[in-house]
Amino acid sequence: MEFQLAWRNIWRNPRRTVIIMIAVIIGLWTMISLTALSRGMVNDMIENGIATLTGDIKIYPAGYHDDPSVAYRIGDADQIVSGIKKILPAGTRYARRIKVNAVASNARHSGGVTLAGIDPEMEKGVSFIGNGVADGRMIAETDKNAIVVGQALLEKFDTRIGHKLILMAQGADNEITSRAFQIIGVYRAKLTSTEKQYVFVNLSAARKMLGVGTDISEISISLTSHDEAEPFAREIRELLEDPDIEIYTWKDLLPMLKAYLDIFDGFIVLWFLVVFAAMAFGIINTMLMAVYERMREFGLLKALGMKPSLILRSVLLESGMLLVIGALAGNLLAAGSVAMVAAKGIDLSALATGFEYFGMSSVIYPEIVTKDVVLANAVVVILGLAVSAYPAAKASRITPVEAMAHV
Amino acid sequence: MYSYKRNEMPIVEVRGVNKVYQQGDIRIFALKDVDITFDSGSFAAIAGPSGSGKTTLLNIVGGLDLPDTGEVIVDGRNFGEMSQGQLAQLRLNRIGFVFQSYNLIPVLSALENVEYVMLLQGVGKSERRERAMAMLEEVGLGDKYNNRPAELSGGQQQRVAVARSIVSDPAIVLADEPTANLDSKTGEGLLRIMAGMNEKRKVTFIFSTHDTMVMDYAHRLVNLRDGRVADDQIK
Repeated sequence: MEFQLAWRNIWRNPRRTVIIMIAVIIGLWTMISLTALSRGMVNDMIENGIATLTGDIKIYPAGYHDDPSVAYRIGDADQIVSGIKKILPAGTRYARRIKVNAVASNARHSGGVTLAGIDPEMEKGVSFIGNGVADGRMIAETDKNAIVVGQALLEKFDTRIGHKLILMAQGADNEITSRAFQIIGVYRAKLTSTEKQYVFVNLSAARKMLGVGTDISEISISLTSHDEAEPFAREIRELLEDPDIEIYTWKDLLPMLKAYLDIFDGFIVLWFLVVFAAMAFGIINTMLMAVYERMREFGLLKALGMKPSLILRSVLLESGMLLVIGALAGNLLAAGSVAMVAAKGIDLSALATGFEYFGMSSVIYPEIVTKDVVLANAVVVILGLAVSAYPAAKASRITPVEAMAHV
Repeated sequence: MYSYKRNEMPIVEVRGVNKVYQQGDIRIFALKDVDITFDSGSFAAIAGPSGSGKTTLLNIVGGLDLPDTGEVIVDGRNFGEMSQGQLAQLRLNRIGFVFQSYNLIPVLSALENVEYVMLLQGVGKSERRERAMAMLEEVGLGDKYNNRPAELSGGQQQRVAVARSIVSDPAIVLADEPTANLDSKTGEGLLRIMAGMNEKRKVTFIFSTHDTMVMDYAHRLVNLRDGRVADDQIK
């Protein structure tokens, strides 16, 4: 009967109830859907960051992280990989690379690039280049002077597939070495800056050009979950115990992204509180009106012997019903609207240049995360009940004599 | 001290009660040295002109308001020694109220309004329903049990209020001008119902009233004037 009474009470003034419910629905919808969009952006930044030759865990020769030159190399990569394979879960992928700064030039242009000597098969599932090329073909193990460049670099250098590109870099002997490569394929990356930065050649071709024998610059490891990077990095450190080897996770290598992630959850809480603050005025106002309208009734209930705590409870129950119904509808609306755009993503190409600065793609796929939904609902329902306590307390504190005199 | 003797124990004892309201710099004595008792099973009316203190006395006897000085004992319980929670409990279990403006809960049906007090008492659903229905039939509204207050006439609403006041089996019912908003025929019908309940259930009824018909029905008429008991007639 308490629920029945509360339900009927909230529909005494249907227009007012609908207005406050709409406020709760819109509030929760914006909280959840905009957070889903933000999560989508963050996920995109993480995926882009990790796929751009970072990996979940990176094994470097000591000194390479601070000075990425060919002087710092790993000589026993196969032994390291076979060792760490024993502790890493099935599904983990590994890629060995030579990676040095170089200067690319053709007849018209020249510019700084990062030369990456890769094993194309090993890059699958580790970095974006593992997905292959958009034009031409991917470098093969037997290619000795083939190079794959990004679409943006191709345009910048005003060149095309089949043309030559000269790479110049510092060799293992500290002498400048150069080699001509033929462009055989063009890759597309989510970010044009990536397309301009990286050029890919066969691992053996890079080794030969730089004179590093069978050495490599890095081992990149792709785990099944980005969240596992920290614990596995610790295990690898303990396993290798080699002062000539340094282990980094993607969070170490992408410090800006890590800093952003660290404050992101705080921003979400702040965002929820701001939306709620706007909603709270509506809730307090509605409940105060509802309470003042029924002051005589509360007086009657007190005269009949109803305890103040029960009056407080009955008003909070009404408020709780409004909040829960509004929250349910808000959740459904948010889930529906996010589902509608999640499959194809939201194309923000008009803003892509600005987005790229932050390492984001032009198409964002919003993602609803359970903890955000729980937090948004908790903020609305719990704080909603908290602000309803004021009108509820007013109703419970009035004396029957005061209430009966209330007009 | 005025007392109605029916060889019954007093259910209400009011001793030396004063109640003062402050309006700006002026102190208004709503009740002045009131000493009065009502025996169990009384059917008494408190009459007097507006501002004579009728409603204040009724509120004090009902534990809705407290005197500034003096003692109020209802059903053997001294209000001065009770907390607000204990007073609420006493009202819930031992005192029924009927108000001039009916004061039914508009979103509840007649049956649910009568049930509500028993819900507060913690009575089980089926027993609640059975007793409320029986009470509505007793006041002649068995066929209107599902109607909400807005669908009932003033007289019918007041009968529901009487049913609500009596259904919890109180020792005393305090009725503040119960017939004031009713026409004389409806008012008399209501009084007959209450007189019948007084007779049948031995419930004490104390009215505050201007209505001569209520005064005629009452077995005892207490007149208040300027906060003092001016006259106490036993019929």
